[in-house]
Amino acid sequence: MGAGHASRLHRPGDTLVHRLPPQCKLVAVAGFALVVVATPREWFWAFGLYALLLALVAVLARVPAGFVLRRMVVEVPFVAFALAIPFIGTGERTTFMGLSLSVAGLWAAWNILAKATLGVAASVLLAATTEPRMMLLGAQRLRLPPLLVQIAMFMLRYLDVILDEMRRMRVARESRGFVARDVRHIPVIARSAGALFIRSYERGERVHLAMLSRGYTGSMPMIQDVSAVSRQWLAAGMLPGAALAVLLGSWGIT
Amino acid sequence: MHVPDGFFNAAVSLSAGVVAAAGVTVCLRGARRELDDRTAPMAGLVAAFVFAVQMLNFPVAAGTSGHLLGGALAAILVGPYTAVLCVAVVLLVQAFFFADGGLTALGVNITLMGVVAVLVAWGVFRLITRSVRGRGAVVAASFVAALLSVPASALAFTLLFWIGGTAPIEIGTVAAAMGGVHLLIGIGEGLITAVTVSTVLAVRPDLVYGARGLAAPLVLRGADGDVTVVPGAPAPAATPRGPGWFLPAGVAVAALLAGVVSFYASSSPDGLERVAQDKGFIGQAADHALGEQPLADYGDAGGLPVGVAGLIGVGATLVTGGGLFLAVRRRGGDAGSADEGREKASV
Repeated sequence: MGAGHASRLHRPGDTLVHRLPPQCKLVAVAGFALVVVATPREWFWAFGLYALLLALVAVLARVPAGFVLRRMVVEVPFVAFALAIPFIGTGERTTFMGLSLSVAGLWAAWNILAKATLGVAASVLLAATTEPRMMLLGAQRLRLPPLLVQIAMFMLRYLDVILDEMRRMRVARESRGFVARDVRHIPVIARSAGALFIRSYERGERVHLAMLSRGYTGSMPMIQDVSAVSRQWLAAGMLPGAALAVLLGSWGIT
Repeated sequence: MHVPDGFFNAAVSLSAGVVAAAGVTVCLRGARRELDDRTAPMAGLVAAFVFAVQMLNFPVAAGTSGHLLGGALAAILVGPYTAVLCVAVVLLVQAFFFADGGLTALGVNITLMGVVAVLVAWGVFRLITRSVRGRGAVVAASFVAALLSVPASALAFTLLFWIGGTAPIEIGTVAAAMGGVHLLIGIGEGLITAVTVSTVLAVRPDLVYGARGLAAPLVLRGADGDVTVVPGAPAPAATPRGPGWFLPAGVAVAALLAGVVSFYASSSPDGLERVAQDKGFIGQAADHALGEQPLADYGDAGGLPVGVAGLIGVGATLVTGGGLFLAVRRRGGDAGSADEGREKASV
């Protein structure tokens, strides 16, 4: 339940990472996240190496560190939850700076913080280097149900329209001196939501009729060719491959 | 409640992914019935609406604000199948384009906020609107449905966390805290949902899926005084089927999840201390749930002492569980008549 998403993450560019086909990047990031989640939490330096890998990708994609860090704010609510676990965890306890903390809870908090941070950073890099529309085309090539992909595409197309509509309504509210301060103001906001629904639904119906009159038969034509050659799969596989090598390597050592 | 990576172990993440995929598949089929040929554009539009509505912050108590989950609202406005699809797409887009919610936790997120929340909301809503008819009942039912859907999905989160979470916690304490705090958020969710539904009902009653049976029949009065009553569209005939196997399937999947996955679960350690810090946790839980709660609010949740919050949480579980059970039983009872109606319609 993060806060709103006012700004998009995509950062146009023309680097090696940007040019990779979207399905390769999707598989690479998902594979990387899986490897990270599967890593035992005691291997501190493995997590360090994962972070190094991501930093390498960021350098390759010319995504500045500040950009990634700012976009990682979405993680904050769950960091709060993770920090609470040492206090409520059960089992053996230790004392640190006068606080009684659960040892298992501390491990759990570290586990969540490390893995969630790496996962969010990887997702931020994916979103920063891939155009939303291309990402959905990639997802479709990965056999995601076409209807689901279409719904997501329509959502992305409508999103700005609806957000603009909402912004206009907010401006109208605020220019009349409205500030949502307590529960009594909920009806005002809810009526805005109701009006927003009616406006968007009616607009959707109009758009749908316009689409039908232009020959829409239930599926969107594919314009871009997003097929990938094995060389590109290989390049994308470097990230999860290297992570897996780190994981297996540490397995051999311990 | 967007769960990031690393919160759940691999077994739970994968099982939840299977549940989510199954739920979405069922809904893809059902949504075609709810939206006819307009499935993709209209569902996309509702998804964008849910996304936008999630950005509406509303004040809950002094200094605290929450935002809508939107599952219950979508279910009542456009039907349960489309609602699950829309929430799933919203979560998908948030995970891929906004890095909100982990990729490996996508299954968990869709299961909790899509399947569980919509299932509970729609079950409660149908339960109430079946026994009481009328516009007021629809609004009241949307309030209760949205109110219960939030703590239900929070409790489902707790259950999953207990089964396959990566931290040792006592399920009772956390369930009470999560349930209690989310019941407070649920009140806000319920209020907004109810007022939104009543607004739409007032302007375009035909757009509210949950009130499709309420439209008054068309009455034609001729110049010579003859009155013809045109029966309304047979739309409601399709509704009973929806939740008919939606609910039992959901329950079965949940049972399967609990049964199979708990096999992997590590034995949860029995704590010696019942932890004096659960107060601190309540503050933190609210913080995570609302995102904007100042840390100064430590001692209690929105003015409710911990004990009361716990009681509310347990009560919510009972009511939700009982409601679901009743809903399933009612469906079983009148399934025959519903089938009859459909056969007639198809002939």
